[in-house]
Amino acid sequence: MQTNHVSTLFRSLVAATTALGMLAPASVLAWEPTKPVEFVVPAGTGGGADQMSRLIQGVVSKHNLIKQPMVVVNKSGGAGGEGFLYIKDSKGDPHKIIITLSNLFTTPLATGIPFNWKDLTPVAMLALDEFVLWVNADSPHKTAKDYLAAVKAGTDNQFKMAGTGSKQEDQIITVALDKFTGKKFIYVPFKGGGDVAVQLVGGHVDSTVNNPIEAVAHWRAGKLRPLCVFDDKRIPYKEKITETMSWSDIPTCMEAGVKVDYLMLRGIFMPGGASQDQVKFYVDLFKKVRETPEWKDFMEKGAFNQSFMAGKEYADWVQKAEDTHKGLMKDAGFLAQ
Amino acid sequence: MEEFSNLMQGFSVALTYQNLLFMLVGILLGVLIGVLPGLGGANGVAILLPLTFTMSPTSAIIMLSCIYWGALFGGAITSILFNIPGEPWSVATTFDGHPMAKAGRAGEALTAAFTSSFVGALIAVIMITFLAPLVAKFSLKFGPPEFFAVQLLTFCSFVGLGKGHPAKTIAAMMLGFALASVGLDTVTGTLRMTFGTGELLRGFNFLIAVIGLFGIGEILLTMEEGLAFKGVHARINPSVVWQTWKQLPKYWMTALRGTLIGCWMGITPGGATPASFMSYGIAKRFSKNGEKFGTGEIEGVIAPETAAHAAGTSALLPMLTLGIPGSPTAAVLLGGLLIWGLQPGPLLFVEQKDFVWGLIASMYLGNIVGLIIVLTTVPWWAAILRVPFSIIAPIIIVICAIGAYTVNNAMLDVVLMLVFGIVGYLFKKLDYPLAPLVLALVLGDMAESSFRQSMLMSRGEVSIFWSNGLVGSICGLAMLMLFWPVVTKLLARLRRGNNDLDDARPVE
Repeated sequence: MQTNHVSTLFRSLVAATTALGMLAPASVLAWEPTKPVEFVVPAGTGGGADQMSRLIQGVVSKHNLIKQPMVVVNKSGGAGGEGFLYIKDSKGDPHKIIITLSNLFTTPLATGIPFNWKDLTPVAMLALDEFVLWVNADSPHKTAKDYLAAVKAGTDNQFKMAGTGSKQEDQIITVALDKFTGKKFIYVPFKGGGDVAVQLVGGHVDSTVNNPIEAVAHWRAGKLRPLCVFDDKRIPYKEKITETMSWSDIPTCMEAGVKVDYLMLRGIFMPGGASQDQVKFYVDLFKKVRETPEWKDFMEKGAFNQSFMAGKEYADWVQKAEDTHKGLMKDAGFLAQ
Repeated sequence: MEEFSNLMQGFSVALTYQNLLFMLVGILLGVLIGVLPGLGGANGVAILLPLTFTMSPTSAIIMLSCIYWGALFGGAITSILFNIPGEPWSVATTFDGHPMAKAGRAGEALTAAFTSSFVGALIAVIMITFLAPLVAKFSLKFGPPEFFAVQLLTFCSFVGLGKGHPAKTIAAMMLGFALASVGLDTVTGTLRMTFGTGELLRGFNFLIAVIGLFGIGEILLTMEEGLAFKGVHARINPSVVWQTWKQLPKYWMTALRGTLIGCWMGITPGGATPASFMSYGIAKRFSKNGEKFGTGEIEGVIAPETAAHAAGTSALLPMLTLGIPGSPTAAVLLGGLLIWGLQPGPLLFVEQKDFVWGLIASMYLGNIVGLIIVLTTVPWWAAILRVPFSIIAPIIIVICAIGAYTVNNAMLDVVLMLVFGIVGYLFKKLDYPLAPLVLALVLGDMAESSFRQSMLMSRGEVSIFWSNGLVGSICGLAMLMLFWPVVTKLLARLRRGNNDLDDARPVE
């Protein structure tokens, strides 16, 4: 830039020295935050994304992973749309990052707010969250096959499915089950996954598709029964959760003949226009976070799928996931008019 | 008495120097958070949560829950002094607390508020200690129709109370409902009345409206009336605590009712804010001085404060036993449990005895420590009213603005707060009641989603609201409350007298 103001005579010389000067520190001193990093959560306090981000905040400060403080900010309005628009409007600001869940895709598709993940810079996938089909422990249905056969044999609107939010991941899975059984569930939306699990424990609905971490406490207490996991392979964790079962003992829904696999992204994005250096800083940061014992413990408690991706691989995954969501939501009639 | 020995063990866990220090720090921070409007207990706990990772889980939850108790206590301070509710659950405290302060009885109002908070919390903790498993079972019976019934009951026990013109009450309430419906509709997942702007996505926050309507509105009124606080001549007398305590036992019935309502709402979980409104409404209806409520009646402070604190305390029970938070702050604490490596749920009481009973013991201790701290500061708080208006008013407005900003970290909210302030001023000038607007704003959202969830479940059959004994009796009680003025007239005509006062108590 400075070279523009220098006379032509010196331009090449100056350009050469600046280039040299830029090269040397770039390899030694990479970009790092110069002020507090704002960690946006497009969901309410206490939810899954919030827990994960606060864990990261704690891990980062405990292990001194960045020199600047990290501040978690919840922007949950409009199913997270508020948070996404906020990051979109912060183009070029490397001191803001956002954690996403499936609402990265579902919110703009269902509400029509002017936002697409391409407005942001993908940083890294931290993990994927599994979905499990749960029934009350007193339910006569012991397997996914049993339960879905009962749904099939019943009438439309006989069985009630509770889930988090409307036109979001839980309802997408429910619609897929509608298709499989040929019968409609009554889908009852609640605000949080914890409420959903308790509604099932209280016997107010017949089943849920809670994430593992939302329902595990009730499973251990013998109040809920997992039927199958919506993934193409079983959850790998072999440690016993109840007397007799571990996460890996839950069959996949594929095994019961339901060809539905759905995983929820827990990933990190930055505002648009971030430089490679800046992205690299955060990718390295999250790699370090993943190495901490606290993170590993958290992953196991919530039976997360620990896939990690960054760079082009991650962007491609997100693109594919967006296409999948478009298809699913179009079929379900959830797209904004 | 297994609970008793467990509790004693809990005290031995909680009563270390280190834990007592954390308790003290927590309470002080909590009071401060409670005093600052906007910066609620949930935000405060969330901000401090990551700092606790290096502590033992028991010390961490003791400190964080003490922040919560402190915030519950502190919320009343600004409500009484400046008509600015520090926390949502102290809105109902302003109705009589602030008129008391204006009449020079700020010390008395503060003492009553703190003491009744303590009583409410204490009874709620005793309930948690001895009835936890039973209570947890009861709370499982609540599905969407039951939630709606509870919200209906809150409404019915509050409406029809105002002395104002019924049409004006209805207008205020409808405005509240309209504001509550802005933003995302959770049942259909579509946006309502956002007019394509990103800023309206989050809807109208109850706290922003309250800070504006009550706080800024009050300051505008004071400015018009002569730039001075009416409570200036407040006696600053350290013995005000004792004098107030002498007259408090008279109101045991109000306190007991408030506590029961609070416990019930905390468990179900209805939350501290609706609990305080319901308790105020019911107290007004059944008090001998009901007519004078709103003019500075001490019972009007006791009722909402006992309920709010009892609800806030018992909200921790469903969190521990079921993993569902009964309040936003409990939701953040719940996240904390997971991060500390504890799993909330039915097994927590079995597997983590030290933790659970240490926490319960700290509830007793924390509230006692909290009460002592806040009571010793009563004269100082009351003395703030002696600072000239021209100095304190700008400070209040700045604090309100910061508070409004912190709710969502959004600048628009500060503007909205000022707009609500003007609305509040106009409402008072035109003699429109503010309470119905606020109530509709806080409850409208919840009541709407419970109602529509119920309708989804019953496929449009309204009969779901009397389909079982529980929901039926709550709805019945709600109708009774709604038509209470008519009922009392009938009763009087039948010369039955007032032997049915106990009907006021909701199902326990």
